[in-house]
Amino acid sequence: MDSAISEPPSRTPLSDTAETGLKIVVVGGFGVGKTTLVRSVSEIRPLNTEEVMTQAGVGVDETSEVTGKTTTTVAFDFGRISLNERVVLYLFGAPGQERFWFLWDRLFSGTLGAVVLVDTRRMDDSWYAIDRLEHHKTPFLVAVNRFDDDPFTHSLDEIRQALALPDHVPLIDCDARVRSSGKDVLITLVDHLYELAMAQEMTP
Amino acid sequence: MTPRRPVDTGDPDRLYTVTGGRSRADDDSFDLVTLVVSECEPTAGMQSEHVRILELCRHPSAVVEIAAELKLPITVVRILLGDLLAMGRITARHPRAADSVASMPDSALLKEVLHGLRNL
Repeated sequence: MDSAISEPPSRTPLSDTAETGLKIVVVGGFGVGKTTLVRSVSEIRPLNTEEVMTQAGVGVDETSEVTGKTTTTVAFDFGRISLNERVVLYLFGAPGQERFWFLWDRLFSGTLGAVVLVDTRRMDDSWYAIDRLEHHKTPFLVAVNRFDDDPFTHSLDEIRQALALPDHVPLIDCDARVRSSGKDVLITLVDHLYELAMAQEMTP
Repeated sequence: MTPRRPVDTGDPDRLYTVTGGRSRADDDSFDLVTLVVSECEPTAGMQSEHVRILELCRHPSAVVEIAAELKLPITVVRILLGDLLAMGRITARHPRAADSVASMPDSALLKEVLHGLRNL
Protein backbone atom coordinates (compact mmCIF):
# COMPACT_ATOMS: atom_id res chain seq x y z
CA MET A 1 0.00 0.00 0.00
CA ASP A 2 1.24 3.44 -0.98
CA SER A 3 0.00 5.13 2.11
CA ALA A 4 2.82 7.67 2.08
CA ILE A 5 1.72 8.97 -1.29
CA SER A 6 -2.03 8.79 -0.85
CA GLU A 7 -1.98 10.30 2.61
CA PRO A 8 -4.36 13.24 2.75
CA PRO A 9 -3.10 16.75 3.50
CA SER A 10 -3.34 17.98 7.06
CA ARG A 11 -4.76 21.34 6.15
CA THR A 12 -8.01 20.84 4.31
CA PRO A 13 -10.58 23.42 5.33
CA LEU A 14 -13.99 22.32 6.49
CA SER A 15 -17.06 23.27 4.56
CA ASP A 16 -18.32 26.75 5.48
CA THR A 17 -21.63 25.18 6.47
CA ALA A 18 -20.02 22.99 9.17
CA GLU A 19 -21.72 23.82 12.45
CA THR A 20 -21.59 20.82 14.78
CA GLY A 21 -18.41 19.17 16.01
CA LEU A 22 -18.67 15.71 17.58
CA LYS A 23 -16.10 13.64 19.44
CA ILE A 24 -15.22 9.97 19.64
CA VAL A 25 -12.24 8.91 21.71
CA VAL A 26 -9.96 5.96 20.94
CA VAL A 27 -8.20 4.71 24.06
CA GLY A 28 -5.74 1.94 24.67
CA GLY A 29 -2.22 1.17 25.79
CA PHE A 30 0.97 2.38 24.17
CA GLY A 31 1.57 0.94 20.70
CA VAL A 32 -1.84 -0.71 20.39
CA GLY A 33 -2.64 1.17 17.17
CA LYS A 34 -4.73 4.16 18.23
CA THR A 35 -3.10 6.55 15.79
CA THR A 36 -3.19 3.89 13.08
CA LEU A 37 -6.94 3.55 13.53
CA VAL A 38 -7.44 7.32 13.49
CA ARG A 39 -5.28 7.61 10.37
CA SER A 40 -7.12 4.85 8.51
CA VAL A 41 -10.48 6.62 8.70
CA SER A 42 -9.49 10.29 8.90
CA GLU A 43 -9.86 12.70 5.97
CA ILE A 44 -6.82 14.62 7.17
CA ARG A 45 -3.39 13.39 8.16
CA PRO A 46 -3.66 12.98 11.94
CA LEU A 47 -2.55 16.08 13.78
CA ASN A 48 -0.89 16.18 17.14
CA THR A 49 -1.52 18.69 19.84
CA GLU A 50 -0.76 19.13 23.49
CA GLU A 51 -2.29 20.30 26.67
CA VAL A 52 -0.26 21.64 29.55
CA MET A 53 -1.51 20.33 32.87
CA THR A 54 -0.60 21.35 36.36
CA GLN A 55 1.18 18.70 38.34
CA ALA A 56 -1.60 18.39 40.92
CA GLY A 57 -3.28 15.01 40.70
CA VAL A 58 -0.72 13.53 38.38
CA GLY A 59 0.77 10.21 39.35
CA VAL A 60 4.48 9.64 39.45
CA ASP A 61 5.98 9.41 36.00
CA GLU A 62 8.75 6.91 36.40
CA THR A 63 10.29 7.60 33.03
CA SER A 64 10.54 11.32 33.61
CA GLU A 65 14.03 12.60 34.15
CA VAL A 66 12.86 15.99 35.23
CA THR A 67 11.94 16.35 38.86
CA GLY A 68 10.29 19.30 40.50
CA LYS A 69 8.31 20.24 37.40
CA THR A 70 5.20 22.19 38.11
CA THR A 71 3.46 21.39 34.86
CA THR A 72 3.27 18.34 32.66
CA THR A 73 2.41 18.10 29.01
CA VAL A 74 0.15 15.50 27.49
CA ALA A 75 0.12 14.92 23.76
CA PHE A 76 -2.70 13.44 21.77
CA ASP A 77 -3.46 12.78 18.12
CA PHE A 78 -6.66 13.50 16.33
CA GLY A 79 -8.27 13.05 12.94
CA ARG A 80 -11.43 14.29 11.27
CA ILE A 81 -14.36 12.96 9.27
CA SER A 82 -16.85 15.30 7.63
CA LEU A 83 -20.11 13.35 7.90
CA ASN A 84 -22.19 15.80 5.89
CA GLU A 85 -22.25 19.56 5.17
CA ARG A 86 -23.10 20.37 8.78
CA VAL A 87 -21.69 17.63 11.02
CA VAL A 88 -18.02 16.86 11.51
CA LEU A 89 -16.67 14.06 13.68
CA TYR A 90 -13.31 14.35 15.43
CA LEU A 91 -11.47 11.22 16.53
CA PHE A 92 -9.05 11.50 19.41
CA GLY A 93 -6.34 9.02 20.23
CA ALA A 94 -5.87 9.24 23.98
CA PRO A 95 -3.27 7.67 26.22
CA GLY A 96 -4.92 5.03 28.37
CA GLN A 97 -2.38 4.89 31.16
CA GLU A 98 -3.48 5.51 34.67
CA ARG A 99 -1.51 8.70 35.12
CA PHE A 100 -3.50 10.39 32.36
CA TRP A 101 -6.92 9.94 33.92
CA PHE A 102 -7.16 13.66 34.71
CA LEU A 103 -6.77 14.44 31.03
CA TRP A 104 -9.89 12.51 30.17
CA ASP A 105 -12.07 14.47 32.53
CA ARG A 106 -10.87 17.79 31.23
CA LEU A 107 -10.54 17.17 27.54
CA PHE A 108 -13.04 14.51 26.65
CA SER A 109 -16.22 15.51 28.40
CA GLY A 110 -19.13 15.39 26.04
CA THR A 111 -17.80 12.63 23.78
CA LEU A 112 -20.36 10.52 21.97
CA GLY A 113 -18.57 7.36 23.01
CA ALA A 114 -15.25 5.57 23.08
CA VAL A 115 -13.39 2.79 21.33
CA VAL A 116 -11.14 0.72 23.58
CA LEU A 117 -8.47 -0.74 21.35
CA VAL A 118 -7.01 -3.97 22.71
CA ASP A 119 -3.83 -5.86 21.93
CA THR A 120 -4.31 -9.47 23.10
CA ARG A 121 -0.63 -9.70 23.96
CA ARG A 122 -1.07 -6.89 26.48
CA MET A 123 -4.62 -7.08 27.71
CA ASP A 124 -3.66 -5.68 31.10
CA ASP A 125 -3.29 -2.27 29.44
CA SER A 126 -7.04 -2.16 28.77
CA TRP A 127 -8.40 -2.70 32.25
CA TYR A 128 -7.86 0.78 33.51
CA ALA A 129 -9.45 2.37 30.44
CA ILE A 130 -12.53 0.15 30.72
CA ASP A 131 -12.85 0.88 34.42
CA ARG A 132 -12.70 4.65 33.88
CA LEU A 133 -15.22 4.58 31.03
CA GLU A 134 -17.67 2.56 33.14
CA HIS A 135 -17.13 4.99 36.00
CA HIS A 136 -17.83 7.97 33.73
CA LYS A 137 -20.81 6.19 32.15
CA THR A 138 -19.30 6.84 28.74
CA PRO A 139 -20.68 4.26 26.30
CA PHE A 140 -17.93 2.27 24.59
CA LEU A 141 -17.07 -0.79 22.57
CA VAL A 142 -13.96 -2.94 22.65
CA ALA A 143 -12.13 -3.57 19.38
CA VAL A 144 -9.40 -6.21 19.29
CA ASN A 145 -6.64 -5.10 16.95
CA ARG A 146 -5.43 -8.33 15.38
CA PHE A 147 -1.74 -8.03 14.65
CA ASP A 148 0.03 -10.10 12.00
CA ASP A 149 1.80 -12.19 14.57
CA ASP A 150 -1.37 -12.77 16.55
CA PRO A 151 -2.18 -16.44 15.89
CA PHE A 152 -5.80 -15.89 16.90
CA THR A 153 -5.24 -18.01 19.95
CA HIS A 154 -7.79 -15.99 21.88
CA SER A 155 -11.39 -16.09 20.76
CA LEU A 156 -13.63 -13.10 21.39
CA ASP A 157 -15.37 -15.11 24.12
CA GLU A 158 -12.10 -15.71 25.87
CA ILE A 159 -11.21 -12.03 25.60
CA ARG A 160 -14.60 -10.98 26.96
CA GLN A 161 -13.99 -13.24 29.93
CA ALA A 162 -10.42 -12.05 30.44
CA LEU A 163 -11.57 -8.43 30.47
CA ALA A 164 -14.64 -9.22 32.59
CA LEU A 165 -16.63 -7.36 29.97
CA PRO A 166 -20.40 -7.24 30.51
CA ASP A 167 -22.57 -8.73 27.75
CA HIS A 168 -24.02 -5.39 26.73
CA VAL A 169 -20.63 -4.01 25.66
CA PRO A 170 -19.97 -4.75 21.98
CA LEU A 171 -16.72 -6.65 21.31
CA ILE A 172 -15.36 -6.96 17.77
CA ASP A 173 -12.21 -7.83 15.84
CA CYS A 174 -10.53 -5.21 13.69
CA ASP A 175 -7.44 -4.39 11.69
CA ALA A 176 -6.63 -0.79 12.56
CA ARG A 177 -4.59 -0.37 9.37
CA VAL A 178 -7.53 -1.03 7.08
CA ARG A 179 -9.93 1.78 6.37
CA SER A 180 -13.02 -0.42 5.92
CA SER A 181 -12.25 -2.16 9.20
CA GLY A 182 -11.81 1.14 11.05
CA LYS A 183 -15.05 2.34 9.52
CA ASP A 184 -16.81 -0.82 10.76
CA VAL A 185 -15.56 -0.14 14.27
CA LEU A 186 -17.07 3.35 14.22
CA ILE A 187 -20.35 2.16 12.71
CA THR A 188 -20.65 -0.59 15.35
CA LEU A 189 -20.03 1.96 18.10
CA VAL A 190 -22.54 4.51 16.79
CA ASP A 191 -25.08 1.74 16.18
CA HIS A 192 -24.67 0.82 19.84
CA LEU A 193 -25.06 4.48 20.87
CA TYR A 194 -28.17 4.74 18.75
CA GLU A 195 -29.71 1.70 20.45
CA LEU A 196 -28.94 3.20 23.86
CA ALA A 197 -30.42 6.56 22.89
CA MET A 198 -33.57 4.91 21.52
CA ALA A 199 -33.97 2.88 24.72
CA GLN A 200 -33.52 6.03 26.80
CA GLU A 201 -36.00 8.01 24.73
CA MET A 202 -38.58 5.21 25.16
CA THR A 203 -38.26 5.48 28.93
CA PRO A 204 -40.44 8.30 30.22
CA MET B 1 6.19 6.93 15.16
CA THR B 2 5.21 10.50 14.50
CA PRO B 3 7.11 13.14 16.43
CA ARG B 4 5.46 13.58 19.79
CA ARG B 5 6.58 17.07 20.67
CA PRO B 6 5.42 19.64 18.13
CA VAL B 7 4.54 22.18 20.76
CA ASP B 8 7.22 24.47 22.05
CA THR B 9 6.61 24.15 25.76
CA GLY B 10 10.28 24.38 26.63
CA ASP B 11 9.94 28.07 27.27
CA PRO B 12 6.95 28.84 29.50
CA ASP B 13 7.85 32.52 29.43
CA ARG B 14 7.01 32.63 25.77
CA LEU B 15 3.56 31.24 26.47
CA TYR B 16 2.95 33.83 29.16
CA THR B 17 3.94 36.53 26.69
CA VAL B 18 1.47 35.17 24.16
CA THR B 19 -1.37 35.31 26.67
CA GLY B 20 -0.35 38.51 28.42
CA GLY B 21 0.52 36.67 31.61
CA ARG B 22 -2.64 34.60 31.92
CA SER B 23 -2.45 30.84 32.36
CA ARG B 24 -6.15 30.11 32.54
CA ALA B 25 -9.10 30.88 30.33
CA ASP B 26 -11.87 32.91 31.97
CA ASP B 27 -14.38 30.22 31.23
CA ASP B 28 -14.53 26.82 29.59
CA SER B 29 -16.73 28.00 26.77
CA PHE B 30 -14.43 26.65 24.07
CA ASP B 31 -14.75 22.91 23.71
CA LEU B 32 -12.09 20.96 21.81
CA VAL B 33 -14.48 20.70 18.87
CA THR B 34 -16.08 24.12 19.03
CA LEU B 35 -15.89 25.42 15.46
CA VAL B 36 -14.45 28.91 15.18
CA VAL B 37 -15.10 31.30 12.29
CA SER B 38 -13.43 34.66 11.60
CA GLU B 39 -15.71 37.64 11.37
CA CYS B 40 -13.06 40.06 10.08
CA GLU B 41 -9.66 40.22 8.42
CA PRO B 42 -6.50 40.74 10.47
CA THR B 43 -5.49 44.36 10.85
CA ALA B 44 -2.14 46.05 11.25
CA GLY B 45 -0.68 45.98 14.72
CA MET B 46 -2.62 42.90 15.78
CA GLN B 47 -0.84 40.26 17.89
CA SER B 48 0.67 37.68 15.51
CA GLU B 49 -1.21 34.76 17.11
CA HIS B 50 -4.50 36.60 16.62
CA VAL B 51 -3.57 37.20 12.99
CA ARG B 52 -2.88 33.49 12.45
CA ILE B 53 -6.16 32.49 14.06
CA LEU B 54 -8.15 34.92 11.92
CA GLU B 55 -6.40 33.60 8.80
CA LEU B 56 -7.00 29.96 9.77
CA CYS B 57 -10.64 30.50 10.62
CA ARG B 58 -11.71 31.99 7.30
CA HIS B 59 -13.22 28.52 7.07
CA PRO B 60 -14.58 26.88 10.23
CA SER B 61 -11.78 25.34 12.32
CA ALA B 62 -12.07 23.34 15.53
CA VAL B 63 -10.20 24.52 18.61
CA VAL B 64 -7.92 21.45 18.44
CA GLU B 65 -7.06 22.18 14.83
CA ILE B 66 -6.12 25.75 15.70
CA ALA B 67 -3.92 24.51 18.55
CA ALA B 68 -2.20 21.98 16.27
CA GLU B 69 -1.62 24.57 13.53
CA LEU B 70 -0.31 27.23 15.89
CA LYS B 71 1.71 24.64 17.82
CA LEU B 72 0.38 26.04 21.07
CA PRO B 73 -1.23 24.20 23.99
CA ILE B 74 -5.03 24.09 24.06
CA THR B 75 -5.17 26.25 27.20
CA VAL B 76 -3.25 29.05 25.50
CA VAL B 77 -5.44 28.85 22.41
CA ARG B 78 -8.58 29.06 24.55
CA ILE B 79 -7.30 32.30 26.08
CA LEU B 80 -6.52 33.78 22.66
CA LEU B 81 -9.94 32.76 21.34
CA GLY B 82 -11.62 34.30 24.36
CA ASP B 83 -9.93 37.62 23.53
CA LEU B 84 -11.00 37.48 19.89
CA LEU B 85 -14.55 36.53 20.84
CA ALA B 86 -14.78 39.43 23.30
CA MET B 87 -13.68 41.78 20.52
CA GLY B 88 -16.28 40.35 18.17
CA ARG B 89 -13.64 39.21 15.69
CA ILE B 90 -14.69 35.56 15.70
CA THR B 91 -17.86 33.61 16.26
CA ALA B 92 -18.06 30.15 17.81
CA ARG B 93 -20.29 27.25 16.84
CA HIS B 94 -20.50 25.14 19.97
CA PRO B 95 -21.15 21.40 20.01
CA ARG B 96 -24.68 20.53 21.00
CA ALA B 97 -23.95 18.13 23.85
CA ALA B 98 -20.84 19.79 25.25
CA ASP B 99 -22.00 20.31 28.79
CA SER B 100 -23.98 17.16 29.38
CA VAL B 101 -21.37 14.54 30.12
CA ALA B 102 -23.60 11.68 31.15
CA SER B 103 -26.67 12.35 29.05
CA MET B 104 -26.97 10.76 25.65
CA PRO B 105 -27.16 12.72 22.41
CA ASP B 106 -30.51 12.38 20.74
CA SER B 107 -31.18 9.48 18.42
CA ALA B 108 -31.81 11.76 15.44
CA LEU B 109 -28.26 13.12 15.60
CA LEU B 110 -26.83 9.61 16.01
CA LYS B 111 -28.81 8.44 13.01
CA GLU B 112 -27.27 11.27 11.02
CA VAL B 113 -23.80 10.19 12.19
CA LEU B 114 -24.49 6.57 11.21
CA HIS B 115 -25.69 7.65 7.81
CA GLY B 116 -22.56 9.74 7.29
CA LEU B 117 -20.25 6.91 8.33
CA ARG B 118 -21.97 4.38 6.07
CA ASN B 119 -21.54 6.74 3.12
CA LEU B 120 -17.80 7.10 3.61
